[in-house]
Amino acid sequence: MSSAYLAPGLPAPAPSPDGLDTPYWEALAADQLVAQRCANCQGWQWGPEWICHRCLSSELSFEPLDAQARIYSYERVWHPVHPALKDQGPYLVVLVEFPDADGIRMVGNLLGDPQQEVSIGADVVRVFEHHREADPPFTLLQWRCP
Amino acid sequence: MPESRSLRGSVAVVGVGETPYYKRGESPDPEFKLALDAIIRACEDAGISPKDVDGFASFSNDRSDPSRLAAALGCNELRFANMQWGGGGGGGSGAIGNAAAAIATGMADCVVVFRALAQGQFGRFGQGPRRNAIAGEFAHTIPYGLMSPGQMFAMKVQRFMHDHGVEQSALRAISLASYHHAQNNPRAVMHGRPLDETGYDESRWIVEPFHLYDCCLENDGAAALVLVAGERAADFDHPSCYLLSAVAGSHYRAGAPVHNTPDYATSTFKTLVPRLYEMAEVDSSDVDVLQSYENFTGGVLMSIVEHGFCALDEVNDFFKKDNFLAPGGALPLNTSGGNLAECYMHGLGLNIEAVRQIRGQSTSQVPDAKVSMVISGPMVTPVSACIFGAEETL
Repeated sequence: MSSAYLAPGLPAPAPSPDGLDTPYWEALAADQLVAQRCANCQGWQWGPEWICHRCLSSELSFEPLDAQARIYSYERVWHPVHPALKDQGPYLVVLVEFPDADGIRMVGNLLGDPQQEVSIGADVVRVFEHHREADPPFTLLQWRCP
Repeated sequence: MPESRSLRGSVAVVGVGETPYYKRGESPDPEFKLALDAIIRACEDAGISPKDVDGFASFSNDRSDPSRLAAALGCNELRFANMQWGGGGGGGSGAIGNAAAAIATGMADCVVVFRALAQGQFGRFGQGPRRNAIAGEFAHTIPYGLMSPGQMFAMKVQRFMHDHGVEQSALRAISLASYHHAQNNPRAVMHGRPLDETGYDESRWIVEPFHLYDCCLENDGAAALVLVAGERAADFDHPSCYLLSAVAGSHYRAGAPVHNTPDYATSTFKTLVPRLYEMAEVDSSDVDVLQSYENFTGGVLMSIVEHGFCALDEVNDFFKKDNFLAPGGALPLNTSGGNLAECYMHGLGLNIEAVRQIRGQSTSQVPDAKVSMVISGPMVTPVSACIFGAEETL
């Protein structure tokens, strides 16, 4: 897919066989971002788990996550550790946090120039990167500076 | 801490053994044979028969099964077979702690702690997975090209350096010290291959902030230590080396998936350190020599700070090569060359080097070393650490 950030050939994300994160991947495919939220204590939680780590309730659901994301940390990768990235050149991986959603964090790529200066604490905007012709199809959650 | 619930002095290391260390894929022997070789060498060093070993402890899902080892070695009886869960190299000192606990409580009398690795036979640590799809926690990282240990840990170190204004020269000092000590150590894979500041600065990036020389080696080989009750230590030929303390674990939700641990930019040792020193009845100022696991130099940076050797606002001044050199540096560090320049035996070589320092047998000996500490596998969970002491420390 020409609009993908990374060269094709990396392992594609698949829903967990036990179904734990299936709603997340289904939402991404529909241009929606969701994360786990506890119906009992209203706390946000990520990565997904079967119970809420605060109140131990199992009443968790996947709720729309509209909170602003910002860069918590990042790295510029140079050495390819997978053959698919042999000719990729440097690329940026960011760890973003959602301060208004209990500080949960997610991993993605920072789109744009891989040599750009990256500022920890900067706001970033979500981008849904669809791989619809993949078999099976999947969607990645990427980030760009506004 | 009640004496009855402390390991202090109750167990001693009486033998150490290593195979020759090879570059990844260059061992002439398969992994299990390497394990046998290291164990036999450790028993020879102790002056005991392998048949008298009655327990095995290892970490990181070592593939050399203790029952097969006991059968191959003709051990008279197996009384303890232990695996420290998870954590990769974070289990090295933890395995020593587990073995010591078994001996201190009478479950076993003579336990071997070992680690064997043939990455040529079984695949490399530093490579991403070759498969079409990935599920579970890694589905949230690997498709974004975050898949190797270096890539997992660079994210923590970047944040730590940002938060505390740490300069690249601090990481460089750690690497230069390891390479300096390796030049004294003929066992070291990087013996005869010195590294200077220019060589470091001009080396390629692996993943920022790690240059090539911030990253551990990938090796084949095996290492083993023989542990017995402390009261027997005087019966062995070498200067006695007692275990003063061992700790393993991690902080609140250290294992929260997809980089969600609340305290993120840490070596993972903060909650362990008070117990480590309390059991040993020493403080950081009493430590004569330190072996601090370098999966990547950034882990050493955070470990040294969190073990109380250096204040956060002193990092750029303290992390100078000369401070880390034996014999006279402020904190002699990784005196065999460590994981960067001696061998990456998942860090168990660091525990052996710590014992050598107590015995006075290091190739970069710290004069009169009495308290010798090992920090195993920073940034993972669980991590572990241990302190060895000479006879005078009891």
